[in-house]
Amino acid sequence: MPHMADNPLTLDAVETVHVTCDVLIIGGGNAGCFSAVEAAKLDPTRKIVIMEKAQILRSGACSAGMDAINTYIPEGKTPEDLVRWCRSQVGGGPIREDLALSNARELNESVDDLERWGLPILRDAEGKIRYRGAWDISIHGEQLKPIMAEKAIESGAVIYNRVACTQLLMEGERCVGALGFGVRDGKFYVFHAKATINATGGAAGLYKSYTADATDSHHQIWMCPYCVGTGYAVGIRQGAEMTSMEQRWVATRTKDFCGPVDTISVGYKAPIINAKGERIMQTRYAHLGGDKAPRYIRANAPMEEWLAGRGPTYCDTRGMEPELAKQMMTDYLNERPSFVLFLASRGQDPVKEPIEIYGSDPYIVGGHTQSGFWVGLDRMTTVPGLFAAGETAGGNPNKFVGGCAAEGKLALRGAFAYMQGLTLAEPDEAQIEAEKARIYGPLLRGADFDGLTAVEMEERLQRLMDEYAGGTSQFYRTNEERLDYALKHIAMLRSQTVYLKAANLHDLMSVHEVVDRIDVAEVLCHHLKFRKETRWQGWQTRSDYPEIDPAYDCHVESRRDMATGAIETFTRPYEQIVSGDRYKP
Amino acid sequence: MPPIIDHKKCNGCQGREESFCEEACPGDLLYVGSDGKAHCHAQRDCWDCMSCVKMCPRNAIETRIPYQLGYHKARLMPIMGKNSITWKCTDINGETVTYKYRNRLEIADEQGGSS
Repeated sequence: MPHMADNPLTLDAVETVHVTCDVLIIGGGNAGCFSAVEAAKLDPTRKIVIMEKAQILRSGACSAGMDAINTYIPEGKTPEDLVRWCRSQVGGGPIREDLALSNARELNESVDDLERWGLPILRDAEGKIRYRGAWDISIHGEQLKPIMAEKAIESGAVIYNRVACTQLLMEGERCVGALGFGVRDGKFYVFHAKATINATGGAAGLYKSYTADATDSHHQIWMCPYCVGTGYAVGIRQGAEMTSMEQRWVATRTKDFCGPVDTISVGYKAPIINAKGERIMQTRYAHLGGDKAPRYIRANAPMEEWLAGRGPTYCDTRGMEPELAKQMMTDYLNERPSFVLFLASRGQDPVKEPIEIYGSDPYIVGGHTQSGFWVGLDRMTTVPGLFAAGETAGGNPNKFVGGCAAEGKLALRGAFAYMQGLTLAEPDEAQIEAEKARIYGPLLRGADFDGLTAVEMEERLQRLMDEYAGGTSQFYRTNEERLDYALKHIAMLRSQTVYLKAANLHDLMSVHEVVDRIDVAEVLCHHLKFRKETRWQGWQTRSDYPEIDPAYDCHVESRRDMATGAIETFTRPYEQIVSGDRYKP
Repeated sequence: MPPIIDHKKCNGCQGREESFCEEACPGDLLYVGSDGKAHCHAQRDCWDCMSCVKMCPRNAIETRIPYQLGYHKARLMPIMGKNSITWKCTDINGETVTYKYRNRLEIADEQGGSS
């Protein structure tokens, strides 16, 4: 694709590209690539299209690489055992056990696919897969993304790189594709599809990162900053039901460089200690399982130490065998190579000095926690024709790489079953023209227009969310009044999006990203407001309701009223399908 | 802070529709300007994923940790081999460590083919 096109002078000067297909996959990431491969396996005559905001060989959350597959069912364990572990990791749920179980049954085959495609999975001398914890296995995943993408390309899917999705295409209540624009070629794209799989990834950048005030490190965050919640936003705008958006993903991460910590704490058994050298998990959280405590407890523990005046906190890597330390650095080079550079920029040898840790900014990532679309077993959302897979699909936490791959397959099968015998009407021109005008508006306001940049609005939103909706600076706490404040200002921000202007096509993408973030942030605040208890400290902490309330042992749901635009919240009951104590693995 | 591009080495991947670094960037941050050299739209928006550094055929790009977070100056450079990667890391005290490992399996071998 040529370099960035010049700005169009008028809306009429924008070329429109019409594409018709059987299945449209929005986002050629972990889940999306597996959907494409599955489609070719089931019926190679179907036309599959991937619309991708970046270039699928290195796009999204897997672009930097990966050092582990966090779930792979070992010999002697069952999919039900994995669901039990998954449930206990989120404090007994409630989770969607039907979804978790169906995912678990597809999991190992999907990970095996990756190995068959060339992903090095580490094995011992006898050829057995090397586990680094109870469920997670070590990989050399530097090439993970290109490996998946090459298979998607081989599958015959038609790939539109550098096309950002901005809206779903609707036929009445039914989703029949998506609309967007080329961030390089500037063209307007209309994808008309029988079924659409929404696999855009999660939402980062809703909250301010504590390093954001440093000039060049606005994106020094753990989740890929280019996953901005567009997948959720386009569904929210069509009235799709969202589930568990209040269950944010907050994780313990290396401090000042928001890098992974499981690599050290799980992979290399380095204990978490506070300023006084106390082993936090053993001394303060033994009753909750110590090192095996639920994930949100482990995520929140270092922040509680800081709050109590016992920070800094560390992963104690001191005294590690040099050979092991080198292995650990290799793991980092596979997943976040610049963390190795960060340690070098501190002149730090982890064998001599422990690695400092802190809490991350909160993310909405349904492949990790369970926020996202409410979906059926076929992964169809409540919008007919719209499927979700990976980070966008809710109710089913701890999917990670293997589970997102598995869900990509499940969603594709759901899409194929759905579109049997389906015929579509001609796409609705009025809707298409309205979206075209909305997309290009910020580029056409004229040089004299006194407006706002995407960055200004993004930073306003991020500070608002940080301080009022439970960000890092507030140790993840929020309350009713702060959430009301946040919602009031989110409404003001939305009313001011008419002032957003873009200097070029790249900038135009940033403008639409901030609009999407505002829609996701609003829903998130409504969910946090509805759950008047504290069920998952750190992930969801209400300082005005600090205890668990059994009345909220259910799924919190929301839906946009299409007539008024208001977000309605309600509940759905929890159903235990897999037997056993919910709080134990 | 991300990509520091050595314009003495960069040739904008002349002849390619899209330069390797443009192709690699998940954030659409890199572009080849009218001077024929790669540039970054916004330093602040880089994730430091190092995909562009890995892809640059002329070793013209390096990732630098923002000074607000890390001291001057450490360097980490990858050398991409066939199915392997070698990283050379030099810290602020001049200590250099090299890491080399396999990043792809030999698929032809695995499937009984010859190589």
